[in-house]
Amino acid sequence: MSVAVGTKARSLRRHAGRRSASFAIPLLLAVLFATAIVALTVGAAGIPLSRLPAALGFAGNTTADAMTARDQLVLWSIRIPRIAATAMVGGLLAAAGAIMQGLFRNPLADPALVGVSSGGALAAASAIVFTDSRFGEALRFLQTELLPLAAFAGSLATTAILYGISSRSGRTSIAIFLLAGVAITAIANAGIGLLVFIADDRQLRDITFWMLGSMSGATWTKAAVLAPVLVIGLGACAFIARGLDLLVLGEADAFHGGVDVERLKRISIVMVSAVTGVAVSISGVIGFVGIVVPHLLRLVIGPAHRLLLPASILLGAILMVGADTLARTIVAPAEMPIGILTAAVGAPVFLGILLRQRGLAAL
Amino acid sequence: MSAVIEARGLVKRAGRATLLDGVGLTVAAGEMVAIIGPNGAGKSTLLRLLSGDLRPSEGEVRLKQRDIGSYTPRELAARRAMLSQHINVTFPFTVEEIVLMGAGERSPRDTGPLVDAALDEVGLSHFRERQLPTLSGGEQQRAHFARVLVQLACGEAEHGPGLLLLDEPTSSLDLRHQIDLVEAARRRASTGTAVIAILHDLNLAIRFADRLVVLSGGRLAADGPRAEVVTRERIRDIFEIDAVVHQADGVPYVLPQSMRAVPR
Repeated sequence: MSVAVGTKARSLRRHAGRRSASFAIPLLLAVLFATAIVALTVGAAGIPLSRLPAALGFAGNTTADAMTARDQLVLWSIRIPRIAATAMVGGLLAAAGAIMQGLFRNPLADPALVGVSSGGALAAASAIVFTDSRFGEALRFLQTELLPLAAFAGSLATTAILYGISSRSGRTSIAIFLLAGVAITAIANAGIGLLVFIADDRQLRDITFWMLGSMSGATWTKAAVLAPVLVIGLGACAFIARGLDLLVLGEADAFHGGVDVERLKRISIVMVSAVTGVAVSISGVIGFVGIVVPHLLRLVIGPAHRLLLPASILLGAILMVGADTLARTIVAPAEMPIGILTAAVGAPVFLGILLRQRGLAAL
Repeated sequence: MSAVIEARGLVKRAGRATLLDGVGLTVAAGEMVAIIGPNGAGKSTLLRLLSGDLRPSEGEVRLKQRDIGSYTPRELAARRAMLSQHINVTFPFTVEEIVLMGAGERSPRDTGPLVDAALDEVGLSHFRERQLPTLSGGEQQRAHFARVLVQLACGEAEHGPGLLLLDEPTSSLDLRHQIDLVEAARRRASTGTAVIAILHDLNLAIRFADRLVVLSGGRLAADGPRAEVVTRERIRDIFEIDAVVHQADGVPYVLPQSMRAVPR
């Protein structure tokens, strides 16, 4: 063994990393664009591809016939805000999953696992039952606005409790965070069960619908709430990416490598809950996007977070827009709750991951 | 030579147990020190205190004339590198990606030659694209050693001689790679790095270290040149085995005779 001076060629090749990695972001952007175009054209009111430019206002000529006017109304007031909000919710959920997995050094971690989603769901269910009751009657007209706020507050409160339990004198124990999360999920589910038990038929239907997740309530306002969260999230992703990479060595060795591990954990935990809280407040509970997306991407582009986090946001957006398009077309004019679709696809993939891990463990 | 690290009166308690009790140690630039001692003697605790990972209950650690607690994690990483035992990487990072982690935020263009050199030095150049979890335990250990060497080299380029800490670095390596690793550490010492390694193989420790530090029951049992430290009596006292100590070219070597506790 000799101390050889590395060749230029080899050090330049390093930039590429995995061969497929450099294509990932442009490819995912292209697929997201194509998915969005398909999502624009299908739905209760079909808009063929040929009419799309005119409906979007790109046609140039001003022959605004009745058909174009209808298309424009459907696109700009219903479909575009919905697709935008859906893409952002999917991106946020996938990013939250990827960060959580990096934090726990476990590909099966998910915000739903530590009760952040359940906390949000409990608060939302409480809001439904409360605003429908005698005491909350005065607030009933606010129900649409109150629901997302309650879900967000519930997610945030859950995180604060979790963080309080798992932190002691400035150190955060990831194992206790996870175990406390399991307990909090159980408590939140008991609360939801109780609400379901006391709810009347109409409230029950509202709660169920919300627990299954849906993008049908998406508006420009909601898209406007999501956009800054996504931008801040992207910035934070760039900030924590290297730390999450080193964390794979374990907390002590990440520290030896120069990572401020406590700060990394604080930022990650706050980010995951804020992002999950916002997403849950807009779409209800949507599972498995956070597990499946990062896992699939790791197989193709590798586990380095600098690429994994933005790629997760894009693939999460693609999957959610695809699933939502299916949700609003397969039983049209009715709508399938999107949570059913993501769970139906996500759960088998989750099982696949488990089986594959079992195979690896047997080696 | 100036002291790279100075520890004075280190006491570490965990609950009611005292893991370390009044240990002091100074290592100069260019010096290679081996820490030996039986299981539970406090060797790993001492190393974690010297790395800044743990804070002492009493006493102080000064790295390059500054209290070790006053450095940020990043400043610390540029002045000392540490190789732990048993690092379990769960995600499929490649060997090259792992080694590059040692370079921190520095541009890959600048650190590329360092990564290549470190991979050559641990004999893993042909595995650079392989995923780390698919390698054997010993190969993974060598990849982590390469990462630590890159971190050390990057830091020393900016701040001069640094500190290299090795916690049982040879535990999963075959004979050839044990010697390779210790020789690589030795080379760092010859260019000014202060090296502290926990070694269980007494002969390896004797062969490569300038100084041996013996811990026993959380206390410093001996600290000095190999010929003074390694005696039949001390080995019996510390390790509770009977051993013959021979000399070859003035270097002692130890041949254990009986693995059972020897009544005194």
